[in-house]
Amino acid sequence: MNRFAWLLDRLAYEPRRNGKLALIADYLRTTPDPDRGYALAAMTGGLVFQNAKPGLIRALIAERTDPVLFALSYDYVGDLSETVALMWPARHGVNDVPHLPDVVAGLRNSGKTELPRLIASWLDALDETGRWALLKLITGALRIGVSARLAKTAAASLGGIPADEVEQVWHGLEPPYTALFAWLEGSGARPEATDPAPFRPVMLSHAIEEGDFDKLEAGELAAEWKWDGIRVQAVAGTRPDGGRVVRLYSRTGEEIGGAFPDVTEALTQDGAIDGELLVMRDGVVQSFNTLQQRLNRKQVTAKMLAEFPAHIRAYDLMAEADDDLRAHPYTERRARLEAFLGRLDSARFDLSPRIPFASWDELTAARADPASAGAGADAEAVEGCMLKRLDSPYLPGRPKGYWYKWKRDARLVDCVLMYAQRGHGKRSSFYSDYTFGVWRVGEEGTDELVPVGKAYFGFTDEELIEIDRYVRKNTLNRFGPVREVTHTLSSGLVFEVAFEGLQRSTRHKSGVAMRFPRINRIRWDKPPGEADRIETLEALLPAN
Amino acid sequence: MKPSDLLTPTPAGLYCPPADIYIDPVRPVARALISHGHSDHARAGHGAVLATRETLAIMALRYGEAFTGSQQLAVPGETVRIGAVDFRFVPAGHVLGSAQIVVEHRGLRIVVSGDYKRERDPTCAPFEPVPCDVFITEATFGLPVFRHPPAHAETGKLLDSVRLFPERTHIVGAYSLGKAQRVMALIREAGYERPIYIHGAVEKITEFYRAEGIPLGDIRKVDPGERKAEERKAFAGEIVICPPSAIQDLWSRRFPDPVTAFASGWMRVRARARQKGVELPLIISDHADWDDLQATIREVQAGEIWITHGEAEALAHWCGTVGLKGTPLHLVGYGDEGEAEPDAKPAEAKPAEASP
Repeated sequence: MNRFAWLLDRLAYEPRRNGKLALIADYLRTTPDPDRGYALAAMTGGLVFQNAKPGLIRALIAERTDPVLFALSYDYVGDLSETVALMWPARHGVNDVPHLPDVVAGLRNSGKTELPRLIASWLDALDETGRWALLKLITGALRIGVSARLAKTAAASLGGIPADEVEQVWHGLEPPYTALFAWLEGSGARPEATDPAPFRPVMLSHAIEEGDFDKLEAGELAAEWKWDGIRVQAVAGTRPDGGRVVRLYSRTGEEIGGAFPDVTEALTQDGAIDGELLVMRDGVVQSFNTLQQRLNRKQVTAKMLAEFPAHIRAYDLMAEADDDLRAHPYTERRARLEAFLGRLDSARFDLSPRIPFASWDELTAARADPASAGAGADAEAVEGCMLKRLDSPYLPGRPKGYWYKWKRDARLVDCVLMYAQRGHGKRSSFYSDYTFGVWRVGEEGTDELVPVGKAYFGFTDEELIEIDRYVRKNTLNRFGPVREVTHTLSSGLVFEVAFEGLQRSTRHKSGVAMRFPRINRIRWDKPPGEADRIETLEALLPAN
Repeated sequence: MKPSDLLTPTPAGLYCPPADIYIDPVRPVARALISHGHSDHARAGHGAVLATRETLAIMALRYGEAFTGSQQLAVPGETVRIGAVDFRFVPAGHVLGSAQIVVEHRGLRIVVSGDYKRERDPTCAPFEPVPCDVFITEATFGLPVFRHPPAHAETGKLLDSVRLFPERTHIVGAYSLGKAQRVMALIREAGYERPIYIHGAVEKITEFYRAEGIPLGDIRKVDPGERKAEERKAFAGEIVICPPSAIQDLWSRRFPDPVTAFASGWMRVRARARQKGVELPLIISDHADWDDLQATIREVQAGEIWITHGEAEALAHWCGTVGLKGTPLHLVGYGDEGEAEPDAKPAEAKPAEASP
């Protein structure tokens, strides 16, 4: 456990990708089975423990510390595992440090009643770094800047092969991956179980810049709508024994299919679709707000399936049956995609249409008014346009010169800072999450601020330090991690807030919800009384 | 007399009405008593300053001889009467010359501790607990997550890393008054004999420490900008101490493949180290940690604890749990130098983009 803790600790402080790769590869090379396999599983999200949950950790620390001091500390540190690791009272004389495989076995096999005592005994025996690593393992969120892909790349380097080859065999393997390491180190055969539905690295676009239009020929590019959902990969394949495998991946390769049976069940043909996950009702795409009801869930109820039906609007076809299409040009993949979608349930899968245009002026007009340019009732879910070279292959990562995104212009509104909250992770202990409001006529006829959104980015590090200082010096009230900041007509801080879209919302007091709000500028110069009014926002709401 | 009649928090700082003086005022005042030389406690522009010899010297070094209208020497342990109030400066163990200020009037004794620490420090006189009625404490590290490990273990980490990466320069960020010199003294105690290189901003105070008789060994000023690329290679495997603001500057990037270290109590929290891009965090602090704050409060046996700055709520809460009256004063203005407030630059958070 100490070596694993040492690795995580070093990784947490190593900023360079190559440095991280070297640390992981060195660990995997010099650590015996099965320890290294469990470490690899921890870094690739392959360890899930049924009964070990953050709630259990909270209960353990609650028995040992003052609740107020714990709450203040957690608020300050911004990370549960680290807070507990730091606060755990030392028990001198207990030094039987557990081994990683024993910890994994213990976490897997122990029942709910015995687990707390077991975890407490490990925490007693470990030092601060060890406790931190153990708690990271239990809570499942390492947050050390290592993606599953990076860990697999490091593992692949043991055999001097590209990460994609590890990806190919990955889904047939289980921790502690002894067969994988044997293969990588040349002492065993390539693992047989080739995954019939693997994740393929996603192709991403560059934001288009003003000068790009001069260099591009309208006739060489296709335009499509950029939909405001989440980018996914829906993949289906058949194992040699005839069993079918259907998976839904996020753009980073996380499996999210468990929460979307409506989509996975409808993928009845073998292939790999790149598309946008949306919620569709009566043939109309719903707002991102609505889609959020289905996101970040492990399970889904029948009621949710009926109320928020999921749908994939397809952009591309990466593979069809055993045929890898990624080297083929866009036009050819598109034709194959259309035919492929023709064999699927159109209520679950449809084609993201192309936008007809002959000149940049025509596309500019379409982007400004998607409703009249083919998006129709779905226009509210359009985030902008995508431009793709007709001859572009499907390449992993963000290659230059093939795909461009051209987002709709952001809307701007001047708001007044009302509350500030301490951030988490990299920004822990800074007041970095801001709730802001606009003016409206209150119940007593006088003007009052009503919160319209929350943003935590858009400013530089230097600006954050200035805002943080402002918050500390202009605090009216403290509510745990939240500070209420002075906000009167004459005294307060104005933010120019940019956002992508606006929805009606019954959950917000103001009746509106912003999409992608961010701090565009800090208006140190502007008196709060001159900030915008709710009527300005209401005028931007969609007509329905 | 109520304690708040003897000392009362004002926007300019702690004010003593019967003596008409301020302690560590954050604005220019007629008469100031200064606990130590850090710039958030020792500001220029007062009419008169009473402080220890070292603190007066440090203020003169930093602000020029004309930093105050007149100055008066406070000898540690001796009583100075101003009006009807007795003042006594007692070592605080924070940095060279740092003092607690004992305020006594008609049988009521208040100790203003200033910033202090209890851990051994070869570069300054140790903290002396003074029993009192009211103890005014800082709470920079007033949360139970802050437990400083022994400082020599932390400098040991630095020396281990130097041995492990002889091809890289170790850049150690350390506050220029106190921390930098303490790190030098600690690595000398550990037997490190090579020259220690310093940034120009650390030079004046370091010279002062040496002149005060604190052995720091072979200390050399370095500016990589003035050297040819070939010459800079000679700094592989060396230790360079610079102010925290310089650890990510071009200044430090010019050394061969630098390892970024930072000596601060904040390094206890991982996010803090990562915010500053620190690869080698060294938990070395000039301030009392959580356990030492508690131990000190118990030791001085005061019934009332006033908390000037830092994590005041947490420490006040703890006071309540042991039957003491803890009151946060919410004094503003402290923490612009040294460790009292974060000065890290967090990496800009990126929005979670839904789709490319």
